[in-house]
Amino acid sequence: MSVEASEVQRIAHLARLAMSDEQAREFAGGLSDIFAFVEQLDGAPIDGVEPMAHPLDAEQRLRPDAVTETDNREGFQAIAPAVEGGLYLVPRVIE
Amino acid sequence: MSQETLSGWVRKLQAREISSRELTRLYLDRIERLDPQLNSFITVTAESALAQAEAADARLANGEQTPLLGVPVAQKDIFCTEGVRTSCGSRMLDPFVSPYNATVVERMNAAGAVMLGKTNMDEFAMGSSNETSFYGPVRNPWDTERVPGGSSGGSAAAVGARLVPGATGTDTGGSIRQPAAFCGITGLKPTYGRVSRYGMIAFASSLDQGGPMAVTAEDCGLMLNAMAGFDERDSTSVERPAEDFTAGLNQDLTGLRIGLPKEFFGEGLDEKVRGVIDAAVEVLKGRGAEIREVSLPNSHLSVPAYYVVAPAECSSNLARFDGVRYGHRCDNPEDLMDLYTRSRGEGFGDEVKRRIMVGTYVLSAGYYDAYYLKAQKVRRIIADDFRNAFEDVDVLLGPTTPELPFALGAKADPVSMYLSDIYTIAANLAGLPAMSLPAGEIDGLPVGLQLIGNYFDEARLLGVAHQYQQETDWHTRVPAAFA
Amino acid sequence: MEWETVIGLEIHAQLNTVSKIFSGAPTAYGAEPNRQACAVDLGMPGVLPVLNQGAVEKAVMLGLAIDAEITPRSVFARKNYFYPDLPKGYQISQYELPIVARGHLDIELEDGTIKRIGVTRAHLEEDAGKSLHEGFESMTGIDLNRAGTPLIEIVSEPELRSAKEAVAYMKKLHSLVRYLDICDGNMQEGSFRCDANVSIRPKGQTEFGTRAELKNLNSFRFVERAINHEIERQIDVIEGGGSVVQETRLYDPDRDETRSMRTKEEANDYRYFPDPDLLPVVVDTAFVNQMREKLPELPDAKRARFVEQYGLSDYDAGVLTAAREMGDFYEAVAAGCGAPKLAANWVMGEFSAAMNRSEVELADAPVNAEGLAGLLARIQDETISGKIAKEVFEAMWNGEGDADAVIEAKGLKQITDTGAIDAIIDEVMANNPQQLEQYRGGKDKLFGFFVGQVMKATQGKANPAQVNERLKAKLDG
Repeated sequence: MSVEASEVQRIAHLARLAMSDEQAREFAGGLSDIFAFVEQLDGAPIDGVEPMAHPLDAEQRLRPDAVTETDNREGFQAIAPAVEGGLYLVPRVIE
Repeated sequence: MSQETLSGWVRKLQAREISSRELTRLYLDRIERLDPQLNSFITVTAESALAQAEAADARLANGEQTPLLGVPVAQKDIFCTEGVRTSCGSRMLDPFVSPYNATVVERMNAAGAVMLGKTNMDEFAMGSSNETSFYGPVRNPWDTERVPGGSSGGSAAAVGARLVPGATGTDTGGSIRQPAAFCGITGLKPTYGRVSRYGMIAFASSLDQGGPMAVTAEDCGLMLNAMAGFDERDSTSVERPAEDFTAGLNQDLTGLRIGLPKEFFGEGLDEKVRGVIDAAVEVLKGRGAEIREVSLPNSHLSVPAYYVVAPAECSSNLARFDGVRYGHRCDNPEDLMDLYTRSRGEGFGDEVKRRIMVGTYVLSAGYYDAYYLKAQKVRRIIADDFRNAFEDVDVLLGPTTPELPFALGAKADPVSMYLSDIYTIAANLAGLPAMSLPAGEIDGLPVGLQLIGNYFDEARLLGVAHQYQQETDWHTRVPAAFA
Repeated sequence: MEWETVIGLEIHAQLNTVSKIFSGAPTAYGAEPNRQACAVDLGMPGVLPVLNQGAVEKAVMLGLAIDAEITPRSVFARKNYFYPDLPKGYQISQYELPIVARGHLDIELEDGTIKRIGVTRAHLEEDAGKSLHEGFESMTGIDLNRAGTPLIEIVSEPELRSAKEAVAYMKKLHSLVRYLDICDGNMQEGSFRCDANVSIRPKGQTEFGTRAELKNLNSFRFVERAINHEIERQIDVIEGGGSVVQETRLYDPDRDETRSMRTKEEANDYRYFPDPDLLPVVVDTAFVNQMREKLPELPDAKRARFVEQYGLSDYDAGVLTAAREMGDFYEAVAAGCGAPKLAANWVMGEFSAAMNRSEVELADAPVNAEGLAGLLARIQDETISGKIAKEVFEAMWNGEGDADAVIEAKGLKQITDTGAIDAIIDEVMANNPQQLEQYRGGKDKLFGFFVGQVMKATQGKANPAQVNERLKAKLDG
């Protein structure tokens, strides 16, 4: 399968990756190779096979409903790029 | 002195033949002197290491005997370490000083280990050569023009060059075993769920597993004793009673059924590598093991299935790196979209972006069934192949990698790089324990032997490896420049 | 053309667990920004979710209460999209296998008929944080305290046919979650939120029209107004020759209009897939049975019992059981005074009126069930009349003490001494000879006049039944 640069741009946008047209063209080659490689799966004998999401056939453990965490806002925000008044700042979101 | 193994140091420390401070100093000096050739560390924590060593000496003086008390180790820079930069080999996390410890780090601290620093790695553990690191490539101590393998290339090179007696790694598709093979050391990827993933920065959650990398199987067993165990903070952590992974080291191999998957010896395997593996089989046979040929008929599908599943999970796992709460943020974002796309565009390297895009694509509307769901089904038939094989044999054996450590820059196209993990990936898809140990040398480069065990059979794998290491000395060899 | 409205509701109810759905951080409302957001809620690198048992229990209780199927193995999935209030870049939700499937809720229409509304599914998910736009120059502030609060999203079938039905459904569900004590139901604080999918079609047509999704409907009033607006808007669009666009519209209560949310840019591609950090949630029969035993009496059952046990009208029973607290309050009053009908009249009458006047909730009312029962007991034992009781109640509401204290302090004790009543009657008869003559001449209506005079003379304290009886005897005698 061949991936066009425009398709790379579409995926990059969905994944929120800035990408110039030149980069998109460069990535298109590698991505095409990968998808062509992955096409080997097409012949796999998987009729009636249940998908396997996880290596172990286990079930979710449940945590008792109790507060176990204490406030560490200062610790977490010491490494934040932009905070004010305890809030994380981003460019204005218009709704 | 630096030839001593981790288990040897444990004995010497307990016998008070050396202090932890002296030992820590010795390795810190080696790192300072020799690592510029290798670039195996991203961060060296000399000061806190010496403080930890002193605390360990005080405990040793009190007669305490925690498993790794006073032993220097290194942490792959994928494990969060409180107060220490945890970069994951990425510009994205270059500014990230973790506010908490990974469970593995907590457990090793509790066991008394002394952390010398954080080792270099492929960015977000995506790579098989350690060339994708933001901090530059790691070099193979056996030949610095060659790669050490990846993604735990820093840990492998550091142990291989004896800059540290043991280091942690993580293995999503071979990231412990392939670099262990390339650097001539022993490395174990445990059963999925043995080692907590809490605080281990996720690449592909259903495949990632932390494990030990050291000189001998015994070293790996000691380290795993400290690393493994149930963690209530990880839903995928397995609740099982604590186990001594060194318990099976002296187990006789008589009657042990070793399976050779014929698919691991086919086309693409370097003839010289095959020769090394054949010789290793003879050694094990000589110690009483029974050899059988087995088949894993779908193993050729493991790499393509992996390159759907792993990127899918990674595309979602890496969405949190958005420049808002921590990590790299672009300068002067114009608006929210600009903040996201530029922070991520600048923060991630090409291989990470490539995998994020593959994952985004295979999960996107209209493609889910054709890629993701299909790969999950293939994953099951691959796991079933192993299940069938383990009805007839106790352990599977084969090469860790199809070829010798390659030169830096030799694998420019992604798919050829991915095929470097052709023998290792299937164990991740199935969640099985697997290890690599040194089994020979070709042209001055080490060759790795892979053992794959049934679920939770780490002790048996380590036992087989230990028995092999009783008879051979490949694991004791050190590259001349670092002897 | 005659149009039919088709409405489906998606209700998000915050489950009232003390800790978050996937972390041990507290869920309390109103903390300083980001003080209740731990590493997991912040989506820090390497952290992992572990599911809160309380959230699973509450979801199963809801499922049982709406007679739904409980999925034996439900699966958490990731819904991937970027937004600043969504720290991980994905929301952990349920997609193909929700914990609750196919149930129903019966609503009562205005004409008293019962309509059964299908519930398609109810799934567990985590809430997002909040974006704050006030107080920053060209920036938005992000508070992640709410991130990770457990939500259950309850999705109805598109079987509601008017804004009024939608409100009835929403009110019923609101009552139910509070009965179950799985959600505090506080709509101002966003604990119970509603999105509505609204479309119209020519009456008689079976296929659905294009729908618009209305968001931000955070009160019953807004739901009704927003839906009615939207119906009118769609009719105008179609009758004006246009067609309805599938889109998300935000209700603006200040302007009382819905407007298109353009920022949700491209068609969403959420790339759902099973969350590899979480395993399938197994709810076995034993667990379900345990939850079944924890279920309280539900509104419909309680209503029927009130009719049966207390002899109330179906309407009154409905009013008294609409909220669990009100039902409990009523039963405490009825038991305390031993007069269920009197209790019903007072709880729905004076008491509810006083709450409305003072704008207080039941829990904050200055007169509690015991106090009200004490007052009604004084009516029952004829210490005071119903009329005087209103005066006493007023004083109690104003904090002047319990019923007995007020009666004592104000000297409102009813006169039940026959001799005293007779004396007053005699006086009244003596003072109104003309009326007495007319009455005895056959003008029966004047009986009321005499009652009034006696009550006036006693400032309302005479026992009305006794007054009636003695007056009749004396006037006729």
